[in-house]
Amino acid sequence: MNPTDLTLAELSARLESRDLSSTEVTRACLDRIRATDSALGAFLFVDEEGAMAQARAADERRAAGRSLGPLDGVPLALKDLFCTEGIPTTCGSRILEGFVPPYDSTHVRRLKEAGAVLLGKLNMDEFAMGSSNETSAFGPCRNPWDTARTPGGSSGGSAAAVAARQCFAALGTDTGGSIRQPASFSGVSGIKPTYGRCSRFGVVAFASSLDQVGPLGRTAEDCALVLQAIAGKDPMDSTSLDAEVPDWAAGTRGADVKGMRLGVPKEYFVEGLDPEVERAVREALRLLEEMGATLVPVSLPHTEYGIATYYVVAPAECSSNLARFDGVRYGMSSREEGALREMYFRTRAEGFGPEVKRRIMVGTYALSSGYYDAFYLRAQKVRTLIKRDFDEAFRQVDAIVTPTTPGVAFELGERSEDPLRMYLADTYTLACNLAGLPGMSVPCGFSTGGLPIGLQILGKPLDEATLFRVGGAYQAATDWHTRAPRIG
Amino acid sequence: MKLSKEQVEEVAILARLSLSEDEVERYRVQLSAILGYIEKLQALDVTGVPPTVHAVDVDSTPLRPDVVQASLAPERALASAPARDGDLFLVPRIIE
Repeated sequence: MNPTDLTLAELSARLESRDLSSTEVTRACLDRIRATDSALGAFLFVDEEGAMAQARAADERRAAGRSLGPLDGVPLALKDLFCTEGIPTTCGSRILEGFVPPYDSTHVRRLKEAGAVLLGKLNMDEFAMGSSNETSAFGPCRNPWDTARTPGGSSGGSAAAVAARQCFAALGTDTGGSIRQPASFSGVSGIKPTYGRCSRFGVVAFASSLDQVGPLGRTAEDCALVLQAIAGKDPMDSTSLDAEVPDWAAGTRGADVKGMRLGVPKEYFVEGLDPEVERAVREALRLLEEMGATLVPVSLPHTEYGIATYYVVAPAECSSNLARFDGVRYGMSSREEGALREMYFRTRAEGFGPEVKRRIMVGTYALSSGYYDAFYLRAQKVRTLIKRDFDEAFRQVDAIVTPTTPGVAFELGERSEDPLRMYLADTYTLACNLAGLPGMSVPCGFSTGGLPIGLQILGKPLDEATLFRVGGAYQAATDWHTRAPRIG
Repeated sequence: MKLSKEQVEEVAILARLSLSEDEVERYRVQLSAILGYIEKLQALDVTGVPPTVHAVDVDSTPLRPDVVQASLAPERALASAPARDGDLFLVPRIIE
């Protein structure tokens, strides 16, 4: 058996028992990346030398009986919007080409403190704006299950790398579904925790009231092991929550759903949902019921306003956040001719891709004088209504279960010219961000064409424990998460 | 909802983006479609509904004490600068 086929938890046990060394397994990941990544394009930067040095240090710690814990010596990778000291960080954009951050993000620092081996930086939609990884300035990432298709986005590289066994887990970010949607399309597990669970310090900002960091991994347990290493209050981000970080991984082991009440929102099973996806998700619900959960019909009546709300709030915040890319302090700067003003206009015109410009334009319009009340303020009020829908539903249930996406992974190029249709890929995921709730996706089947399908589990604020419990119990009863794409 | 060419150009100026003629036309069509879709929010009655600015309760996220701490050294802050003059970021002339 190739060590890259192990789950993170299995690898951790073998490193602990010294059956495997971090050097061996890191080498195996680097070999796997070399063998498969020309077909996938998951990595934007591989730090071979740094990874091997970190692996050797981990082996020395374990040999001396000074292990730093379950992640010590475990090879992981990062979406390319986490600042990494001394290592390029592009955010999938030309405008950050050549940028080398002077510090680590809080997550990178905490992973290093936990002994993780960081293999490199992963492909993504430019500034995390996209649902297919096609807006990356450095070329799309491809789905390991079918390389003509998207792995999803915006954390497409993170999902593809985990699915293709290039790393044991990866960090992503989720603003409207960017962890859960690619996890679903690529057949891996992923969780967006409660807004504020993880710091946003050192993460290139997209929409600050929605952005949240989380892991993608082979299993719910693997995700838990990574999340509990990076979550928790950070003095560098005043919106990070001062809440206890439980041992979620322990909660996935031997978990059961007996007596749990799971809400099934009727608004998520409507026209536009692929019948094959519906069949797989209904089968998963039936199984959860058989395992002792009670399915409860619930209603989230403002679901149909989710996309419109999101596509006001997110672009508005992005147009403000991305004002910082001015060609003055870092990254690209187009200053061959003209004065300061020309430099701003040219740098941004040449540095940003079409989708980023489109969202900056929508956001600027929505925030501009005379339109603020009609668009941004109104969208924030509808956001309250969407949030209240969930508050109401959670009075009756412990968690809500839905499809993660309305369809399976689509073909590259299929939607890139139609932004509105592209946005529909996020229909089921973005309400969770608007309401600040935790959400997880776990594999729950395959289409007849062999493409993965995901089950989404939404929870109450700060109740990731219930999601890990459902995910862990479901994965103990199924083997969808153990299937691997044939690649390389 | 239909945007005019002039409206698109005005937004582009606010956003500090120079657009080609082709881009102006493409964004005019696409932005009109997106804003047309967003208009469905007008159908809801939001009278008396407070806006959600942030997903978390802001009172639970107090600011840290205002004490002087170590910060980025100038050399490191300037390391990725496109142009510099000593400890300063250099920009093209401002007064035309």
